[in-house]
Amino acid sequence: MPKVKVDGVEIEVPQGATVLQACELAGKEIPRFCYHERLSIAGNCRMCLVEVKPGPPKPQASCALPAAENQEIFTTTPMVKHAREGIMEFLLINHPLDCPICDQGGECDLQDQSVAYGRGHSRYAENKRAVTEKYMGPIVKTIMTRCIQCTRCVRFAEEVAGVEEIGAIYRGENMQITSYLEEAVSSELSGNVVDLCPVGALTSKPYAFEARPWELRKTLTIDVMDAVGTNIRLDSRGRQVLRCVPRVNDEVNEEWATDKTRHAVDGLVRKRLDRPYVRRDGKLHPVTWDEAFAAIASVDHGGSVAAVAGDLVDCETMFAAKALLKELGSSLLEGRQTGMDYDTSSLAAVNFNTTIAGTEEADAILLVGSNLRWEAPLVNTRIRKAIKKGAKVFAIGPETELTYKVEWLGADLAVLGSLPERVTEAFGKAAKPMVIVGGAALKGAHGAALGLVEKLGLVKDGWNGFNVVHMAASRMGGLMLGYAQKAGISALYDAKLSFFLGADECDHARFTGFKVYVGHHGDRGAHHADVILPAASYAEKSGTYVNLEGRVQRGERAVFPPGDAREDWTIFRALSEKLGRTLAFDTIDELRAAMALDCPELATLGLKTFAWNPPALGGSAEGVLDGYPIKDFYLTNAICRASPTMQRCSAELVHGESFAEAAE
Amino acid sequence: MGIAQTIKAFTLYEFVKAHALTLKYFFKPKATINYPFEKNPLSPRFRGEHALRRYPNGEERCIACKLCEAVCPAQAITIEAEPRDDGSRRTTRYDIDMTKCIYCGLCQEACPVDAIVEGPNLEFATETREELIYDKAKLLDNGDRWERAIAANLAADAPYR
Repeated sequence: MPKVKVDGVEIEVPQGATVLQACELAGKEIPRFCYHERLSIAGNCRMCLVEVKPGPPKPQASCALPAAENQEIFTTTPMVKHAREGIMEFLLINHPLDCPICDQGGECDLQDQSVAYGRGHSRYAENKRAVTEKYMGPIVKTIMTRCIQCTRCVRFAEEVAGVEEIGAIYRGENMQITSYLEEAVSSELSGNVVDLCPVGALTSKPYAFEARPWELRKTLTIDVMDAVGTNIRLDSRGRQVLRCVPRVNDEVNEEWATDKTRHAVDGLVRKRLDRPYVRRDGKLHPVTWDEAFAAIASVDHGGSVAAVAGDLVDCETMFAAKALLKELGSSLLEGRQTGMDYDTSSLAAVNFNTTIAGTEEADAILLVGSNLRWEAPLVNTRIRKAIKKGAKVFAIGPETELTYKVEWLGADLAVLGSLPERVTEAFGKAAKPMVIVGGAALKGAHGAALGLVEKLGLVKDGWNGFNVVHMAASRMGGLMLGYAQKAGISALYDAKLSFFLGADECDHARFTGFKVYVGHHGDRGAHHADVILPAASYAEKSGTYVNLEGRVQRGERAVFPPGDAREDWTIFRALSEKLGRTLAFDTIDELRAAMALDCPELATLGLKTFAWNPPALGGSAEGVLDGYPIKDFYLTNAICRASPTMQRCSAELVHGESFAEAAE
Repeated sequence: MGIAQTIKAFTLYEFVKAHALTLKYFFKPKATINYPFEKNPLSPRFRGEHALRRYPNGEERCIACKLCEAVCPAQAITIEAEPRDDGSRRTTRYDIDMTKCIYCGLCQEACPVDAIVEGPNLEFATETREELIYDKAKLLDNGDRWERAIAANLAADAPYR
């Protein structure tokens, strides 16, 4: 623990810290462009210059200089000030002064730092350099003349996203950042380079020219596109959500978000259900709420009522539906729309027990039937980090590109019963072994995977290496609230009255009874419904979500639902009154109190750990996996399918259509 | 009562003085003008009705940077923007609520391309309030109508900026 002096104040810094980190610990602001906490150190912008004693009598780049014992660091001396002004002047030589038409304007590091550390005027009267635009895909818009060559995007693509498709060509003043062969960057995390770019060189293509940061209302909430529970901020203006950016949460998403999280928000204003509908003579007719409720009340269900939870619903919705079903004398609840029927007697056996952050520490990982890159991209990045620390990764399933080195053991699940020696050897040596069971294997190989716990020593003191990856944001919350039947969804097919809570992925035709769709998009579920009750999407309600590792998180409402649509729980509350079975909550707080009584884990936020007492399922797995559950990463739910950006991503990145525009 | 006062009283001095003043102004040139047939000169900096200008080739100047919207203390300006077909940044909506506007001129100060200006026109009273909610077409039309006067004013004021 070296002791250094920063501007005369002595502080102790961790071993291996850089001078820049020491200054930050001392509360000094060091301007920087290329340095980023989560990327490797490049040291090429030179903006972080400070004066260091002992050392050469010149300013030094603090981001790349290790802090040493008895170092004296000065951040406010005339030499430092002069050096920063000089660097800023150099950076601005070739930077166009087009802030008024730049989307980064208002949230631009270069803008802010030139005000704070620059000279205020330029002495450069010669011609500026111009660079042609590069095509980087449907998400990233490039205006390369603005680039200051910090190479953050290059490092991100290589280190975090794992696709070596962004790089720099030429050198010196002629250096240009470009994508490989100017094709779309094939990463599902490419949107993050927009946030990383300290200037306006890489901006968001779907959000181009839409709004300025200062006119947006910012709401902190939770993403529902996958089960990771990415912490996001929704920026809205008026009644429309204009963009979605990730928040920093080291436990969950660090500071990344997938492209689906970021850009599915334009689906929130398309194909929306904004008034109730009732099916008469085979056609859906718009009606009033009272007429829709009357249509439901006229169903003679005799206590045979079912509720199917969709992938995007919050716990409050599921609890309200559960409470209504209880009043009607039924407990036919199910959320696993695709026919999964794994055992849920112990939630620990279907949880991501290692935790997302804990994945980084694993040293031997076995993926069982999981295309993690699509099922949980932000868990995938953690595995990349684990590999960097020396972890070995094996995988069972059809071979696919996971962005890191994987030893494939074939697609036959039978291999679970007789793991090759090199796998058992690697796991034998591992201190923190991990098995991750994905959606493809959960149906047939859950028991066999649980059998590995003993064999590979996955559970030990302070470490639980058995993990299940879910793909729906509502899944863990649903399982906690009892949305699981022994026989899976097929137990619900004969219900006389079924409620679909935004459930679009199940086989609606097999439901024989009266179908009520409570959801926000006119998607598959709405097409089959007898009654449609328009509800709120995740941006339009305050909701509790449980992510795949059992972390209870809560999001706030960003905008109001369109038209006559209402928040989901209020629909069930109003319907209960019409059915003569009034539910006992009138406000969201009362609902949450009732939910906390029903499921104490949902009473507080934060990571919940489930006691490890897995069911003895036994059984050996067999059968060859012929694919993964997610066929198209960009079109997995109703919001994505309504989003033009996601459709374009799907066409271009999954189906290989070419949209590349010629550079100007 | 003093002697001087007595003399003034008997010679009707104040009476005469008052009439003399009246007569003086009777023969002086008039301060009022015969508006609207006559008009006072306006400063080049006069802040009147708003206009959106165009470049000489007909291209609208406004680039939707939204600085005027941000600076407007009365929040009278509303702008929405998106890429135009040729990829350039343009407004799809540019509204000024002239009933909110306080004619402070900060919008034209903020404009980096001299697009929004307060022109010399001050005669734009309307019969209804609705007519005072200007949209982009109306503002551009104002710009076309007043371009010569606005350009002359800007040129006259340029040395002092």
